[in-house]
Formats: sequence, structure tokens, C-alpha cells
Amino acid sequence: MTETIIIKDRNIDLLRLASEISGEVITLCEQCGICTTSCPMAEDMDITPASIMRYTQLGDEFVLETRAIWYCASCFSCTVRCPRGIDLAKVAEALRQIKLRKNQDYLKIDELKEEAEELPAIALVSAMRKYTG
Amino acid sequence: MSEEKMITVYIMGKAYQVPFGLTIMKAMEYAGYRFIRGSGCRAGFCGACATVYRKKGEYKFRTALACQTTAEDGMYLAQLPFVPANRKEYNINELDPEKNVLSEYYPEINRCVSCNTCTKACPQELDVMYYIQAAIRGDYRQVSELSFDCIQCGLCTARCPAEITHYHVAQLARRIYGKYQLKVPEHLEKRLKEIEEGKFDEEIERLKNMSIDELKSAYVQRDIEKIPRGEVSDE
Amino acid sequence: MDIELVEIPKWNCCGAVSSLTADDVMHHVAPIRNLIRVIEMNEEGLVNDEKRLIVFCSMCFNVLRRSNKRVKEDPKFLETINSFMDEERDYDGSVKVMHFLEILRDIGFYKVKERVKKPLKGLKVSAYYGCTLLRPRGVGIDDPEAPSIMEKFIESLGAEVVDNPYKSLCCGSYHTVGGNKELVAERAYKIINAARERGADLIITSCPLCAFNLDNRQELTKKIHPDFEHMPVLYFTQLMALAMGMESETGFDGNYIDPRPLLRERGFLEG
Repeated sequence: MTETIIIKDRNIDLLRLASEISGEVITLCEQCGICTTSCPMAEDMDITPASIMRYTQLGDEFVLETRAIWYCASCFSCTVRCPRGIDLAKVAEALRQIKLRKNQDYLKIDELKEEAEELPAIALVSAMRKYTG
Repeated sequence: MSEEKMITVYIMGKAYQVPFGLTIMKAMEYAGYRFIRGSGCRAGFCGACATVYRKKGEYKFRTALACQTTAEDGMYLAQLPFVPANRKEYNINELDPEKNVLSEYYPEINRCVSCNTCTKACPQELDVMYYIQAAIRGDYRQVSELSFDCIQCGLCTARCPAEITHYHVAQLARRIYGKYQLKVPEHLEKRLKEIEEGKFDEEIERLKNMSIDELKSAYVQRDIEKIPRGEVSDE
Repeated sequence: MDIELVEIPKWNCCGAVSSLTADDVMHHVAPIRNLIRVIEMNEEGLVNDEKRLIVFCSMCFNVLRRSNKRVKEDPKFLETINSFMDEERDYDGSVKVMHFLEILRDIGFYKVKERVKKPLKGLKVSAYYGCTLLRPRGVGIDDPEAPSIMEKFIESLGAEVVDNPYKSLCCGSYHTVGGNKELVAERAYKIINAARERGADLIITSCPLCAFNLDNRQELTKKIHPDFEHMPVLYFTQLMALAMGMESETGFDGNYIDPRPLLRERGFLEG
């Protein structure tokens, strides 16, 4: 299967920023796709984990607008299997952080209302750490 | 006046000479600032005069009540007239204390990073961070006990990186604890009954008919009811 | 079992998920603060020369161990955290963060077996590991691809192990908050059905969030898939309490899918 990637907003700064925040060498990725086959969320993502890596390598800011970076649940399935030793969970976290550090929260916590009193603290705390900045 | 020792303080960046020994609030007033809001009891109880300052040569960003803190030479001062903070609306009779109501109305408590900045900011020296931790667990009793002396100055909230409104959370917890979990003290129930039965009606009527001077002297000579130790219990 | 657990006085929430960025210090403060408490407990005589911190929750375990690892490997990072927490004594990296299952493994599961009063003979139990107990490598307590520690635990209680190919497939974790709950309900469907197909009576897990997602979210799973059949999901210590004859400590009132009818039917519970 081939996938055509059209680079819309090329921004080499994005690659640099994502590399700095994650501490990972993102350019090491050779697109083998093991991350995608390991990912329990891939089936519901709009782009695959491997594509997240590719868009980031190319500095395409489109990656920041994908659902995929938020659907990553930091389960580290890809991390333990990447043959290049890249910690993809850290890369996804970096991409989320790029948004969150600009005050662009993924979760509107004021809209939780009654739901919040039913949920255990472990769910609320983890969601707020991942979804809000 | 001229022999008085003067110090230099910087109010919002501008240098002023003020007499040594004044509180921050009085120093600011001496310098010409007038408090219309952000000042209340001037005795450390009302929490209206939250202030932020730095001491000469210190990196620490300090917080206090302006009416309770003495101005020092070289201080940088700014008054915090108000802390914008959402206070949620709720009907206390419709809350379910079995659930974590605090998380429902103030879900941001779950954003606490345990940095402890709130505790360091509290002029009442409360363990603010720890009561927020108790709030995450839905422990109304612990929040109530730890926050009991809160005067709602809002400094914790102003300093919080997680944007928590600690004092409103604590107030909600105390209300829930008071209404649903704390036993009503016997002496309160007794007194309420006495009021309902009209025990004090005659006395109130007498007070109402007094002149201002009579009232003043009655106030000065009043008996303060002594509550024997051990009678007040929260269990 | 000759272990006495002493609770940390004034512990704080560790944050549940590890901060994964290279430059973030703030979110490591909460876990390290708890580790400082452990050192204080030694100083104050609450424990005697005991730096092992035993954690039950998989997520807390992961966060605490990762932050501890990070400060041990990066002294400058530790210095930054110590200088930020200027109201605390300095942390020195000396605490050892351990999951309760690791302690049981160290003592020996045969010792657990010795303490079992009511072996759960014939009860078919499937282990669900989730993520944070196993991954990443170097943090997890067992082989991330082929773990066996929970199976050994189940066997020590006298129950029968049922394997599940999805035993370390993520349940969706914090997606259970907000608009993506279906992601969790679908994964619960997959995980629980796989256990049932292999004959499991119930699932155990060591993560409270997995427990919530696999147990409470079954309501939503049933809505999406009317053919779905409920299955009890127990926290691993509940099963342990049952086998050790501590029925009053099992806390089954808190389970969404009540395991008691099943356990009564099999004779593991009275009444």
C-alpha cells in the first residue's frame, strides 16, 4: 500500500521543535510501519502513527491538526517495538505539547459537568495532564 | 515628623519615601494611594487586601495581607485589588456527598501538579496544596479542617499554575461537610429552639428602643457567654 | 507474610501519567515529593532503614518509577527539582519504587500459596496487564511481550489461568473522559470477549483505571453491542482477599459488575 503525502505547510522548525521537546531523533524513522501495526488506537486514528512520524519529519504542520496525536494513549506499544529505538510516545507527547503550550486545550473541562463526579480521580487527573496545558 | 526614620519603597515601580514602621497598606496610603476596594477590616480577618511584593535583593516573590505586613526599605510593592475567580452556582440541598461534587464543580482541581506554590502563598499559613489533594480524593472532612482558617484573599488562586480556585473549592467542601457530614452541635440546636420559642424577643425589643449612647454602653458592658471546654465537638 | 505496610503520611497525587517531554520539570515534582516523604519516614523512625516504596496502582507505579529513574540518571535534572522545592529536604535518588506484585515475586509466590485458605479451585481467571505495568522496557516489571507474573499470582491462589491475547492491549486509558468513551468501550468489548472465548469467568487487573474502563464502561459496551455479555473485573487484591479468607476485605460493593453471584454459585462465597 502506498500513501501520497502532500506537504502543505512545510516548516522545518516543527521538526526541530518536536525533536527538542521529545528528545528523540525523529529523522531515524525509516517508515517500516511496526508502530502502526502495534498501535491499539490506529484503527480509529485519522492518520497512522507511522504517518505522524513522516509528517513530523517533513515539518508539515498538518500533523498538529490530526486526531491521531490525541488518540495516542501513551500505551508504549510502539515504543517497545520500534526497530530504530524511537520512543514514539514521546514524539506524540511533544506534538500535543506544541498545541497545549499555546493554550489550545483538547478537552474543555468546564463541559464535563456531572460526568466529573462519577469518574475516578485517576481518570480525571490523567486526562487533564494529557489534554490540557 | 522630620526626625522620623524614612524608608524607600517602590509602589508599582515608582519610589516613595515613607515613615518606617507602617504596614504596607498604610505606606501606600501615605504615598497617596487611596483604597476604595481591596481594603476591609485592616485587622487581618477579611482577606480583602492581598498584596504581592519583593524584598530588597531577594528572588522570592512574596505574598501577604497588606494590613498585616510591615513595609521595609527597598520593598517593591503592588496591591492585588481582586482575584478573578469563578464561583460556581449550586444548590446545596441538591448535592450528593457520596460523589465527588468538588470534581464536578471545579474539575480543574485534578490539574494540580503538587508544586506547593499555593501553600507558600497563603498568608494564613494553611496547607493549601494538601487540602487540594484531599479535594481530588473527595475527602470533604479533611478539606474542611485544613481550610477552616481561610480568609479567601485569593493569593493561592493568583499563584496557581494549574488555574485552580482553591478557596472556592474549600468553601464548597466546608458547606457539604457542614450540611451532610458534620453532626449539628447540641448547643446550637438548643439555642435555635430557644429563639423560636421567643426566649429573646423581649430583650431584642428592649435593644431596639435604646438610644445610640445606651447601646454603646450596653455593648461595652456586655457579658460574653463562656462555652465550657469539651462541649463543642465535631463528632 | 511478614510484610508490614506503612502508609506515607501526607502523600500527594503523583499525576497518574508520566510527563514524557525532555524539557518539562514541573510534572516530575509531584512524584519526587512522595519519594522525599519516604526518606522523611526513615528519618522520623516510621520505618527503619527501609527505602522500598510499595505501589499497588500500575499507573502510580509507572510514574513514580520513571521520575525516580530520570532523576537518578540526570543529576542536573535532580538539582533543578531540588532547588525548586526549596521548602523540602533534598531528594537523593535512594528510594526504590516497587510494584506490590514484584514484592510478592521476591518473597516467592509459593509463600502466597501457603497463606491461601480457600484455594480458588476451578475458577478461570484471565490476567489483564494493560500498559503501565509492563511498558516501557526498563520500567515495567515483566517482559513487555510475554509477561507471566500475574499468571503466577493467579496460580498461587489456586485458580486456573486463562490466557488472553489482548492482555496487554491498551484499554483506552484516559480517553474514558470526555467525548471519546466509545474508544474505551470498544476495547473493553475486544478484551473481555477474548477472555470469554477462552473460557474465563473473570478478569483481574492491577490498574485502577483499567479496572474502571473494563468494569464500569461495560454499560456503554452493552449499549453499542447488545450481544455483549457482562463479565466481572476484579482488582487483583480482591481476588487475593477472597482466597485468603478475608471476605470482609474484598470490597465487592464497589464493582460495577457484581462478581458475587458467580462466586456464590461456585462456592467461593457464602450465602
